[in-house]
Amino acid sequence: MSLVEIQDVSKSYGTNQVLKGVSLDIAKGEVVAVIGRSGSGKSTLLRCVNGLEPVQAGTIRVNGVKVNDPATDLRRLRQEVGIVFQSFNLFPHLSVADNITLAPRVVKKQRPDEARAVAREVLARVGLEDKLDAYPAQLSGGQQQRVAIARSLAMRPKLMLFDEVTSALDPELTGEVLKVLESVAQEGMTMILVTHEMGFARRFGSRVVFMHEGRIHEEGQAAAVLAEPKTPELKTFLSAVLH
Amino acid sequence: MIREFGLIDVMYLIAAARWTIALTAVAFAGSAVLGLALAILRILPIAPLRWFSATYIQLVQGTPLLVWLFLIFFGLPLAGISVNPWIAAAVAFSVYGSAFLGEIWRGALTSIARTQWEAGASLGLSLAEQLRYVIIPQSIRIAIPPTVGFLVQLIKNTSLAAVIGFVELTREGQLTAAGTYKPFAVYITVACIYFAMCFPLTQWSRSLERKLDVAR
Repeated sequence: MSLVEIQDVSKSYGTNQVLKGVSLDIAKGEVVAVIGRSGSGKSTLLRCVNGLEPVQAGTIRVNGVKVNDPATDLRRLRQEVGIVFQSFNLFPHLSVADNITLAPRVVKKQRPDEARAVAREVLARVGLEDKLDAYPAQLSGGQQQRVAIARSLAMRPKLMLFDEVTSALDPELTGEVLKVLESVAQEGMTMILVTHEMGFARRFGSRVVFMHEGRIHEEGQAAAVLAEPKTPELKTFLSAVLH
Repeated sequence: MIREFGLIDVMYLIAAARWTIALTAVAFAGSAVLGLALAILRILPIAPLRWFSATYIQLVQGTPLLVWLFLIFFGLPLAGISVNPWIAAAVAFSVYGSAFLGEIWRGALTSIARTQWEAGASLGLSLAEQLRYVIIPQSIRIAIPPTVGFLVQLIKNTSLAAVIGFVELTREGQLTAAGTYKPFAVYITVACIYFAMCFPLTQWSRSLERKLDVAR
């Protein structure tokens, strides 16, 4: 059974239809890179998967649970679906430790010492165990994004969504974040990444999905799709981002 | 019998000022509780609650405080509810203050980026938990300077309670002026006492504003 099943999903903002019948199945352990021009609907699709954006038609299921159903407890769903944003969205008034332990304590009712132990462990995984008591403003962009990934990991999600997580970073800082993404992927996490990092998509994406004007225009095994694009739109897109 | 305006009168005025402070404290507490509720209703994704809060704020801000005082002090007894000046003043000032604090705090809450709500929601926090752990702690910094500013307004406005016979600083001033026929000296003294209460607060508010500006 697929972990994520997206069936014929459509979404509009007013008269502007951003998703036009998107279908996509993602198996457990898959790393799917979603690429496409800005405005192609790729970030919107990602935000629909954890229910941040409602959809007007179609269904989205995560682990068998229908996301776009008023009866669904989105709080429970979101404990299993982590998301990391382009702009980090750390809580600036909380230390790194509190950023990470807030949801485990409040939502999962973990004991403070237990939550802190988890925080240490996930920070070690992103290589920032010495920043436990720092505040977000004291960290570089790359470090903040790694804390955001750790914060998401602390909830022990089954699926992680990454929304252009390196796009707000200076080029010399993207490497450290990509390395963390690689290690998360190697641990077997199911991941959907909206990304402009074609190199990463090629090396770690089991699949690449190219979105164009609200539809999935082309998809397939990462290396093959990127090496030999079939549609002229993907060719144009790739030559634009690779040069 | 006309007496002199002496030190003893000044002492009486200062003593009356504690009722000004007491009324301010009660009114501020009432305004804060109601105001927080109004501010939160105003930003919830539930339209009827938003409208209710917005209408309340518009209605109260669009009517004079003095009218509220009269309405509660003279109006409620007609409906069979007798109120003493203390309760009437406390209620009127709470109603009035909540509309202003509600609006100030709504502004502070909405100044926090939508992405902070999203980050909280994505971690599985409920709406109430997002407010409590993420949004309110961040908006307090923004809300403090205008809230202190409002407190200064409140202290000065409590003088209106004199018209329903609540004996605070201004009412005591009226009584003293009537007894001594030295209105100028009396009201200068009254003004000085108000200033002594408000000035430190204004300074504090300014320094807070500077500090929070630097922190941004």
